[in-house]
Amino acid sequence: MKERLDRETIALRVAKEFEDGWVVNLGAGIPGLASNFVPEGKTVIFHAENGVLGFGGVPSTPEEENPYYLGANGLPFSALPGMCFFHHADSFAMIRGKHIDVTVLGALQVSEQGDLANWTFPERGIGNIGGAMDLASGCGKVIIAMEHVSPKGQLKILKKCSYPLTASRCVSLIVTDIAVIEVMPDGLVLKETAPGWTVEEIQALTEPKLIVSPNLREIEL
Amino acid sequence: MKKKVFVSFAEAVADIPDGATIMFGGFGHAVDKPQNLILALRDQGAKNLTMILNGAGGAGRLGIGALGGKPFTDEEILQENRQVKKAICSVPSSLVMSKPNAFEKQYRAGEVELEYVPQGTLVERIRAGGAGLGAFFTPTGVGTLIEKGKEKRVIDGREMLLEYGLRADYALIRAYCADTMGNLIYRGIMRSFNAVMATAAKVTIVEVDKIVRAGELDPEAVVTPGIFIDRIVEIPGERKQ
Repeated sequence: MKERLDRETIALRVAKEFEDGWVVNLGAGIPGLASNFVPEGKTVIFHAENGVLGFGGVPSTPEEENPYYLGANGLPFSALPGMCFFHHADSFAMIRGKHIDVTVLGALQVSEQGDLANWTFPERGIGNIGGAMDLASGCGKVIIAMEHVSPKGQLKILKKCSYPLTASRCVSLIVTDIAVIEVMPDGLVLKETAPGWTVEEIQALTEPKLIVSPNLREIEL
Repeated sequence: MKKKVFVSFAEAVADIPDGATIMFGGFGHAVDKPQNLILALRDQGAKNLTMILNGAGGAGRLGIGALGGKPFTDEEILQENRQVKKAICSVPSSLVMSKPNAFEKQYRAGEVELEYVPQGTLVERIRAGGAGLGAFFTPTGVGTLIEKGKEKRVIDGREMLLEYGLRADYALIRAYCADTMGNLIYRGIMRSFNAVMATAAKVTIVEVDKIVRAGELDPEAVVTPGIFIDRIVEIPGERKQ
């Protein structure tokens, strides 16, 4: 078994995409970890859909936690200078109105065209859309942070999603535990590989034919 | 002028009839849920309710959205008490798949109806309802099961769905402090759905940590103007968070 990047390392690679001054919304799970890895020298403003902009990390002791400072992921956050609060209608005006530069989301399936399925699968019979459809279709850029295949070994990067869609043609970059893949108009471009992984091995776990970037390199961390 | 301050939660929800449509405020965290009004409605017992809310409940039992994972009251107790006919919401099922909530159990058994609404569309439908708007077009949901049966139009080169405004008979909401005129201020993330739902019901009932005399709130700081609020109940000291 080859080594795969752990969840923190996937998040670290995602955070390298952030540009100075960006407004960033992080989904639950691996995406949320990216808040710990904002590159040195860059400042990003974090948005949580339950009505806060410009918050800081999880307080280091329970005494510093404030019951009124809880993010959309249910975790406490700390105050930063310039933080502000607002109601849900304003929060989603920011999302749909293209005021959020990037959202990082998890995925159950992503298609070759950049379609995203991340809110349910047919066997569950019910599911939670939450803010995912608004985020996926409304933010300036959608980055997916996920494991390359499901825990049961099913492929997640597919020619066409079989699960109910969150939004179509919305994903621009996929960062997994073995590869970094860009969604381009002519297909999926393999840009980076995890240490020790070959193109063939990544292709075997990816349904659509990958276009290998001429600048293919190992994931830089 | 009609008195807005009520002495008990029971008195504030006493006239809610069977079959009412009710908005429940909050994103789903302990401090933004009208926990005491929900308890009073459970005890009052009105049935066949249509709920408009972000999540159909269950996070409270799991302590998701409270400091230290401490359990709190949410709308799941109304489902457990069989008071709910339908939910219009974005998060109907449990956040932990292995621990299903009461709503999804009843939904799978065909006992309750569900209208899925993406969160941003939900809050905008409520905002529109409160603002006297019939409907609006949004790009959210295009190409998904949300677009089923909806009018679609291309606006500015982008496909959009027609979504209708929502109004309710009652809104049960949470704020931090009210004055006797009903002006409200909040703390931190409490505004969420609360400040929007306040505008969209025939009767809006708010529970607050404290009530002050008109004139004691800084007019510059008021978030929800008092004309949106009909009934105010202060949480007794022993039940404050």
